[in-house]
This record gives sequence, structure tokens and C-alpha cells, in this order.
Amino acid sequence: MQEIMKKRASELLLDGTVSRVIGWKAGDFVYDITPAVFESAEEIEKDFVYTAFCGANLSKYLVKESKKPGKTLVFLKPCDSYSFAQLVKEHRVNRDSVYAVAVECRGKADVDKIRDCGVKGICGISEENGTLTVDTVYGDKTLPLSEVMLEKCASCKTRKHAVYDELLGEEGEEVADCDRFGKVRELESMTPEERYEFWRGELSRCIRCNACRNVCPACTCEKCVFDNDNSGIAQKAAADSFEENMFHIIRAFHVAGRCTDCGECTRVCPQKIPLHLLNRKFIKDINELYGDYQAGADPDTRPPLTDFRTTDAEPSIVYRRGEK
Amino acid sequence: MYRIPEQNLDRLFSLTAEKSKLYIPADTAAGTAQFMPWKEGLKLTDAHNTVRSAKDFFFPQTENLVGFRVEGKSIEVIDVREETEDFVVFGVRACDVRSFSILDKVFLADPVDTYYKNRREHGTILSLACNMPEETCFCGTFGIDCAAPGGDVQMWQTDGWFYLEPLTEKGNAYIDTVSSLLEECGGEAAAECRRAIDAVKKKLPLAGLTTEGFGGDKMAELFDSEKWGELAEACLGCGTCTFVCPTCQCYDIRDFNTGHGISRFRCWDSCMYSDFTKMSAGQPRLTQLERFRQRFMHKLVYFPANNDGEFGCVGCGRCLSKCPISMNIVKVMKNLTEGDQ
Ligand code: SF4
Ligand code: SF4
Ligand code: SF4
Ligand code: SF4
Repeated sequence: MQEIMKKRASELLLDGTVSRVIGWKAGDFVYDITPAVFESAEEIEKDFVYTAFCGANLSKYLVKESKKPGKTLVFLKPCDSYSFAQLVKEHRVNRDSVYAVAVECRGKADVDKIRDCGVKGICGISEENGTLTVDTVYGDKTLPLSEVMLEKCASCKTRKHAVYDELLGEEGEEVADCDRFGKVRELESMTPEERYEFWRGELSRCIRCNACRNVCPACTCEKCVFDNDNSGIAQKAAADSFEENMFHIIRAFHVAGRCTDCGECTRVCPQKIPLHLLNRKFIKDINELYGDYQAGADPDTRPPLTDFRTTDAEPSIVYRRGEK
Repeated sequence: MYRIPEQNLDRLFSLTAEKSKLYIPADTAAGTAQFMPWKEGLKLTDAHNTVRSAKDFFFPQTENLVGFRVEGKSIEVIDVREETEDFVVFGVRACDVRSFSILDKVFLADPVDTYYKNRREHGTILSLACNMPEETCFCGTFGIDCAAPGGDVQMWQTDGWFYLEPLTEKGNAYIDTVSSLLEECGGEAAAECRRAIDAVKKKLPLAGLTTEGFGGDKMAELFDSEKWGELAEACLGCGTCTFVCPTCQCYDIRDFNTGHGISRFRCWDSCMYSDFTKMSAGQPRLTQLERFRQRFMHKLVYFPANNDGEFGCVGCGRCLSKCPISMNIVKVMKNLTEGDQ
């Protein structure tokens, strides 16, 4: 796959169809891949990679890159394509200046999960038919990719792209047995006190680094209210222990109906806080109250939260406090 | 040199905790390692290092500096400082131990930061040698020896024993408080452990990284390097790197309106943020490129320029493993000196 992508990217750069390519750049240890903009076939040849560690969603970089002259090629995994479509829908990315290339994906690996299996000193990792061979300072180890996938991949809803100009590899299918709301149901069945304890425990680890917000393709405000001194609620750090909870809950509200469940927030959190559960709760509620809706699935449907109808359900009547 | 069998570690913790507050690196519910106050049953983590560094003990993420109570036209100033109680931190790695001396250069230099000094004086550091360094470790680049980690007492864990060597007065005092559990011994086992670690160090992928090309005298050429654009391109400006970094020392001071007064607090800041050092004329670093450059220039050039050549990084590898886009100080160093090194 990597070779096919490199070849195609170089062709399109050379024939002038695109002026730049957003892709993934090799690091020092195989797993430490950095999103990058490539402007020549030589750069592609030298550093472009597509491996089991290309979990990073490139679509948000288009907010900036698509404003540059010429077309920007972006490689999109299925989940990334929903973020891209949503950004186009919100007029944050100019569709006409993007050349979207869909690439197949069978799930990406999480190096932290590899470490959780007791693997230390990782120098290299290779993948063959779903098996990872990890070369470490302390000897070799093999692991099945399926056991060390990113949370977002382990609960992948579809391997089919929302939108693209060109497809490389094979288009996937919807994942029939995906149970992405399992944990949400578990939380719903808790008492309010238990649920409160659960979230207080998880969010107490937050260091307010803002990685979750800054990586989020739905968070594209030029200036976040939490960074804006003039907003009166600027928070560089939590002044009391409840503030980070408010930050996360407010953020989840702000992206409700726009979050495509791309899973980036949970992937990047250095403190392993399961932020996707907040978003999935909103997605699940929206589905139940207003009918199934997937943000970023198509360019036209009106998002349920900005589309008022007199027949709309009244959440406070449908859900009574603490019960379903 | 003293030693204690591994199975007596709990007893050591319990005796230590009787005398003063004790913190050990342990696993959170999510499996991440973090320094936590020891209580019965808390186990030492297997993880190599904590996600947050140990700087929190002396330079916490937020702290109240002073309060103001307003009543009518009078303002009362409330001094919220109090003497810190003694505390012991068990299992600090060599990189973090060195970070304290870097922070000292900032906070104990004139004018002395009394909040910091208070905590520094009351803390005893028990360091632990790294038997299995990670691929992201490069403390050696800065002359730090993870086989002899320093601090008030340095420790080695080998063959079912913990070996303890006091290095300072505070260290001797600590050994006295727990001497009933320790037995005196020779230094052979610890020396053997050191040799084993030395052999591992040579195999680490970043073993060859040097500081050549960096330092206080490289200001102009590095500042003007054309490579910053490419390096900073994908940076999200999130500040994760600065918050997990043991040597990042910037803070902001803010006022919090409590409704009937003001609580003036300080909190960590990050040069990666859009409002870092913002003054009335605005933020002097206009784009992420300048902010990104600041972080690495500070560690590799400005800090040594002001501190007799000492670098502002200890090679702990946290920014390597935690940056969401895997951009970090090693990539910056390699890239800036590509072709020279
Ligand atoms: S990424 Fe994690 S630690 Fe950072 S602000 Fe978000 S939840 Fe907090
Ligand atoms: S810059 Fe990175 S490697 Fe250096 S001390 Fe800070 S977190 Fe550790
Ligand atoms: S200027 Fe940046 S790199 Fe230097 S200590 Fe402050 S936050 Fe860290
Ligand atoms: S270098 Fe990485 S961790 Fe630091 S601000 Fe940029 S994206 Fe965040």
C-alpha cells in the first residue's frame, strides 16, 4: 500500500495536479510518525510512510493547507474521511482545493498498548499479515495487531469512506458487529453517584495540556474561549479541581452533533482519559432522540441539533433523571 | 551501602510513612504511572517512568500565592504560605533528579522563590537506577548516568534486593529513620548492577546522540535555521511536551475572583501557547513556528548561554513518547545538525 501511495503522490505532484501532499513522515522508531506536508517527489521518496502506526487524522491540517494556492492532496483513512467531509460541510475547508485520496485501513496500532504488554525499549516494528514483530533493546517479540489496536480502531464503525476523489486499495465494509456504545450503556446503567465518581476519577488525571482539543477536527475556532483573556473564562490551568471537568463537558457539548467519532482525542491524551465516551454518549442520545445521524456522512442533511422541528423530542421528557 | 530484600519493601514504605509523607510511582486506574501518596497496599509500578515528571513536588501545576479579602473599602492581604511538611519521594529516575538542579538554577537564584525553596528543603529524594531504559531515553547525551542516579539516597534493584547508598546529609538522616529494616553490605552487587546497566546503555538507539552543534554560542545560526518551518509545521501547539517535561519552568500568575476577594495563583504556562508572554503590545511570537522554536532554543541554546553551558533538557524522553504528532527534541536536534553530525 505504501509503495502505491508514494507512486501516486509523486505522479500527481510531477504532473502538476497537486502542489502539495499531506501525509505521514517516518520517525526514529517506526511508531513515532509525524504528519507532514510534502512538496516534491524527492521528499515523498525519502520520508513518506503508510504503516500500522499512521493513526493520526490528517484532515484538520487542511484548514490551513487548503488556503494555499494550488490543490492539496490529502490521504484519508475511512474515519478521517468523515472528519474531512464534516469540515467541508462547516465551510472550514474549501472542497475544490483538495484532492482527497482514500486509502484502505485494517486498523492502526497503539504503541502504548504494545508497551502495556510489557514490551520495553522498542527499536523497530514490522507488520506482516496482521502480526507485529517488535524488535527491542531486550530481544524480539511478536504480537497480533488486533490486540494492540487504537481504541478508535478496535471499535471502528466503518471501513468505508464518506467521500473521496480517488481510491487506492480496496474499499472496506461497515463493521457489522461494532459495539461502540457498549461502554456508554455500562455508564448509563450506573447510579448518578457511581457515574460521577467514574468521571471524577478519570478527569482527575487531566493535565490540561489541551492535546485533545487541539487535535480535534471539530475544534477549529480561531481562538478557543478558554484561551481568550477577554472571554472572562480563560483557563490556563484549573484554578480548582472541578474546572477540568467543566472544560471537558463544555467541549463535548460544543462538538455534539459535529463529532464524527474519529477517536483522535482519546488517542492523543497523554493521561489515557477515555474522552470518546463523552462524545459517544452525545452521539447515542442524538441517535435515540432524533433518529440515526452520522456527522460527516454526507454534505446535505441538516444536523439534528441545528434543525428545529416542532415534532422534535423534548429530551427532558424522554429521559427522566437517572432512569431511561 | 545498605540493603533490604524486595519482599520487605512494604515494610520500608510503612516505616517511612510513619515519619513523613511518602510518595511512590504507582499505577493509576488507566495503567499510567504517577507519583502517589503511599498508603497500605499501594504497589510500586513496573512502568519505567511516570507520565508527569517529579517536578510537581517542588513546582506544582497550580498554587495559590496570596489572597486578598475585600470588605467595603478595605483590602486585607492574606499570606497563604505555610511551612511544608517533610516528605520523601521514592523511585525518582536519574533524569528527574537532574531536573531539580536545573529548576534550582531558576527558582533559587536571586530573587529566591520562597514557595519553591520551602518545598525543596523539606523533600528527600530516593532515586532508583534504571535497569531497563526505554528507547526514548537519552539522558546520557547530557552526561547523566542512569546507573548512578544521585539524589539524597541512590538505589539499585537487583537479584531480589534494593541497595541503598546515602549521598547527602538528608540521605543519612533518612537511612537512620529506617535502619531497623536495613542491613549493611558491601558495594559489589550494586557495582555489578551498574555494569549491567552500562552494557544496556550502549545498545540504546539514541546512545550516539550528542549535544555537538548546540550550546550558548550557537545562537544566531540556529535561530535563523531554515529548518524550523518544516519542524514546526505539524505542531498542534497543545503544550503536552511542556507539561510533561521535568525542566519546563514557565508559569503565569493570574487572579481568580472568589466573589468576595481575589485568589492570586500561579500555574504552569507553555511557550507553545498563543498567549504566552502576551503583553499589551501582543504576543511577541506571532506564529507556531516562533513558539515551537522558543521551546527548543530555550533548552539547547538560551539555557546553556545563561547557565555555564548546562543544557535545559535531561533526556527523559517524555516529549518523545507523549507528543500527539511525535515531534520532539531528538528530531529537532537530529534535523538541525543533519549533515554535521
Ligand atoms: S489531552 Fe488529556 S490531559 Fe490533555 S487536556 Fe485533554 S484530557 Fe486533559
Ligand atoms: S525536552 Fe523532552 S526529553 Fe528533554 S527533559 Fe523535557 S520532556 Fe524530557
Ligand atoms: S520557555 Fe518553553 S521550553 Fe522554556 S521552560 Fe518555558 S515552557 Fe519550557
Ligand atoms: S511539539 Fe507536540 S506536544 Fe509540543 S505543542 Fe507541538 S504538538 Fe503539542
